[in-house]
Amino acid sequence: MQVSRRGFFKVCAAGMSGSSLVAMGFAPTAALAEVRTFKLARTTETRNTCPYCSVGCGIIMYSLGDKAKNVQAEIMHIEGDPDHPVNRGTLCPKGAGLLDFVHSKNRLKHPEVREPGSKEWKRITWDEAFTRIARLMKEDRDANFVAQNADGVTVNRWLTTGFLAASASSNESGYITHKVVRSLGMLAFDNQARV
Amino acid sequence: MTNHWSDIKNADVILIMGGNAAEAHPCGFKWVTEAKAKNRARLVVVDPRFTRSAALADLYAPIRTGTDIAFLGGLINYLIAGGKVHMDYIRSYTDMSFLVKDEFAFKDGFFSGYDAEKRRYDKAGWEYQLGEDGYVRTDPTLQDPRCVWNLMKAHYSRYTPEMVEKVCGTPKDKFLQVAEMLASTHTSDRVMTILYALGWTQHSTGSQIIRTAAMVQLLLGNIGRAGGGVNALRGHSNIQGLTDLGLLSNLLPGYMTLPGEKETDYEQYIARRAPKPMRPGQLSYWQNYGKFHVSLMKSWFGAAATKENNWAFDYLPKLDKTYDVLQVFELMHQGKMNGYVAQGFNPLNSFPNKAKVGAALSKLKFLVIIDPLATETSEFWQNYGEFNDVDPAGIQTAVFRLPSTCFAEEDGSIVNSGRWLQWHWKGAEPPGEAKSDPEIMAGIFLRLRDLYRKDGGAFPDPILNLTWPYRVPHEPASDELAKEYNGKALADQLDPKDPTKVVKKAGELLDGFAQLKDDGSTACGCWIFSGAWTEKGNMMARRDNADPYHNGQTLGWAFAWPANRRILYNRASADPAGKPWDAKRKQVWWDAAQGRWAGSDVPDYKVDSAPEDGMGPFIMNPEGVARFFARGMMTEGPFPEHYEPFETPIGVNPMHPDNAGATSNPAARVFKGDMEAFGKASEFPYAATTYRLTEHFHYWTKHVESNAIIQPEQFVEIGEALAAEKGIKAGDRVKVSSNRGYIRAVAVVTKRIQPLTVNGKTVHHVGIPLHWGFKGVAKNGFITNTLTPFVGDGNTQTPEFKSFLVNVEKA
Repeated sequence: MQVSRRGFFKVCAAGMSGSSLVAMGFAPTAALAEVRTFKLARTTETRNTCPYCSVGCGIIMYSLGDKAKNVQAEIMHIEGDPDHPVNRGTLCPKGAGLLDFVHSKNRLKHPEVREPGSKEWKRITWDEAFTRIARLMKEDRDANFVAQNADGVTVNRWLTTGFLAASASSNESGYITHKVVRSLGMLAFDNQARV
Repeated sequence: MTNHWSDIKNADVILIMGGNAAEAHPCGFKWVTEAKAKNRARLVVVDPRFTRSAALADLYAPIRTGTDIAFLGGLINYLIAGGKVHMDYIRSYTDMSFLVKDEFAFKDGFFSGYDAEKRRYDKAGWEYQLGEDGYVRTDPTLQDPRCVWNLMKAHYSRYTPEMVEKVCGTPKDKFLQVAEMLASTHTSDRVMTILYALGWTQHSTGSQIIRTAAMVQLLLGNIGRAGGGVNALRGHSNIQGLTDLGLLSNLLPGYMTLPGEKETDYEQYIARRAPKPMRPGQLSYWQNYGKFHVSLMKSWFGAAATKENNWAFDYLPKLDKTYDVLQVFELMHQGKMNGYVAQGFNPLNSFPNKAKVGAALSKLKFLVIIDPLATETSEFWQNYGEFNDVDPAGIQTAVFRLPSTCFAEEDGSIVNSGRWLQWHWKGAEPPGEAKSDPEIMAGIFLRLRDLYRKDGGAFPDPILNLTWPYRVPHEPASDELAKEYNGKALADQLDPKDPTKVVKKAGELLDGFAQLKDDGSTACGCWIFSGAWTEKGNMMARRDNADPYHNGQTLGWAFAWPANRRILYNRASADPAGKPWDAKRKQVWWDAAQGRWAGSDVPDYKVDSAPEDGMGPFIMNPEGVARFFARGMMTEGPFPEHYEPFETPIGVNPMHPDNAGATSNPAARVFKGDMEAFGKASEFPYAATTYRLTEHFHYWTKHVESNAIIQPEQFVEIGEALAAEKGIKAGDRVKVSSNRGYIRAVAVVTKRIQPLTVNGKTVHHVGIPLHWGFKGVAKNGFITNTLTPFVGDGNTQTPEFKSFLVNVEKA
């Protein structure tokens, strides 16, 4: 009889003691030496997909807290999803470091602005950021929108502001981004697939 | 990918060329080792470097960067001349018997119709001959000298093994060994897969390299079959999805295209994209284009899109040209752009010629950065010494930096290379005040809409009429957006066979794109994704990994576009009579008793079309078959031809030594000033190429502590011979320069890069990993794209990052 490391955690979580598993003759000794066993067993598992290359490896994120309203979830471990038909539990050196991406000290936390000619960032509110950006865009669009070309043909395009979409954002982000960008008449629009 | 990751295990031969899956896609490469272990597959790697993919190969052949068409063209010649083609397959499933117009010709490196001044072709002659019945004329006997087969045979007869050696630097005997191994799959019982990545796309001839590979696979009968196909290993986790959703200058979702400004008539705009069959009995599935388009416009503009206003045709911007990123940064550099938004993208690092990109950004009035991480682009105005030597006081761009969530903090789906839409779930709250991309887009859009409502302005109609049916308008939720791109009925949909029966009630989610209509009664934001979230629920979230046929086709896992089909063109896995070519690799087959196609996969075909109807397997093509001859669809010619990279270490195209105009891609777009910025071999003698390391992902993981620890510092790879010539020892610091700038890095002296003899000259390669920059937790370094040239592929404008010239000196 074989038992996987994850399966072993689940058995432990169900309340059976390690020694009785050994007595049953199928507990892997390596897993018994795993000191973090019980910590993982108490975490909440969330399925996700590695955001790096395009293999699309399944991952499991383990977070402290049970997602209750008054609890701040904190991801403390990420590993490959053994049920996933492509990566079958494995991760590469990039995927194995995902936890440090989530918690990178270079994650941005607040909207900021760097004013023209300045050497530094200044923290602003979301409302100020959205309002200023919307005004700048409208000002440029109203000034430079091309309703008709030189031949008098309706072209309804806006060429002086451009948009570069992401490479790892979700389809849902991509869909709404496209919808908004085209409604403005933008053509200077690309994503990472271009390069 | 025409196929998908786990399907690689079904291959007998695997060719990795223009990619390095072992290091760049390690968990996908596992299926290569699985094929080797369980299927006794042979792995062939062709690459300028002896990569870790090469280290596991049964056969490795070196090649000079940028000469893949010469190599693959040599294969085509080898297969045709040696009769190593799957004749039954290509006779029925390709255009080999189609007759081509007499005007089409190829001479001295140019196809017919070339205008040297405009660097452009008049492609009118690159077409089939049409008969009186309007269909393409064919010669099934293949005797007519104008049939595609004979034209192709003549074109590639110049690609001899000797010419391959001369152009590519691949020793002739190595080339012949590779050719023999690949050719072994021309029989019905053997299949080869080709895996490629950015090593093919990032050339001025990238699209044509991939076409040549497709031609090889067609000749061998390997398209549509398990273990076969032409498989792009995409570079980022959802580049596939964002391409599918059409986030490119000239596209709309689902590979539909925006109108050009000359397309003033709506009916003609649709008709041009919905071609009639070019041969009798063919499906030409794009004839449904109008249904996909109208449903998109209903999805975006709702009641404002009516039959009377041509479904809001005027709301769509009309193209005068394509505004790809090179074009946009050229315009920005000329001071013709005022604003720019970069969402999860780092153009200062990612685009060629960093000096030009930085100067261009400095001319903007405003730049908006939406990103989870502090990117270099967001601080292009900041002085980082030698890495970014600028004066902030002189840069008058206002920069907004908006924190976004990362994968772990949101629900949603992404599409892997195998076209699987896989749903993921939120596991934690984002740091600080970070918001999701949809919330940020909503935040900007809703304020813009308010301003247009209040104050009016230029053509506000599409903004005011954009559908915004979200429960919380400033927080569109992933499930709402997914249902929107899946599509729904706007009015009751009746069964066409029995109009008393309602198939879909108004408001219900559609089962798939076959239910779309062009009368405004359906809405669908991306027709190829239709079926992803139906009344049965979220198909992308399915987690049944059962593989009943043991061929890796887990039809119950997630959702693959289109229609949950796992292998594209799978009708071609069976012979014309509908019987699988190979009983041990059954994909789909004709079930005469049921009068329909059955299989281990969803048939890529009209499911009730009997084999005797003679419908071809390539249903998206109006020909019904695959094309060796690309007609007018490619910029630089219907047959791929070898042209040198724009920066060539040998300065001449050995295929056309007497025509300087045909040295490099004659139809590629080069901006004024960029031609002058190309380097010459006299000053920059070494062929350089950029690539990824297995420990890093692009410019992200230098922000990730564990990756920064295992690969902390920028380096370049040079071969032992060049190092000896230059007196460089392993660990020395070197300066690598191109005509556009320089980087400094540690030298890794390696046996992995060997000098090649090309056109009688020794050519050394320099390998340059791309991961460094001046932001991150790794040691700061130079932006690699300081070195690369500002020129793109003739069709896609993907920059030529993989072939350029540098010099190397001890720093």
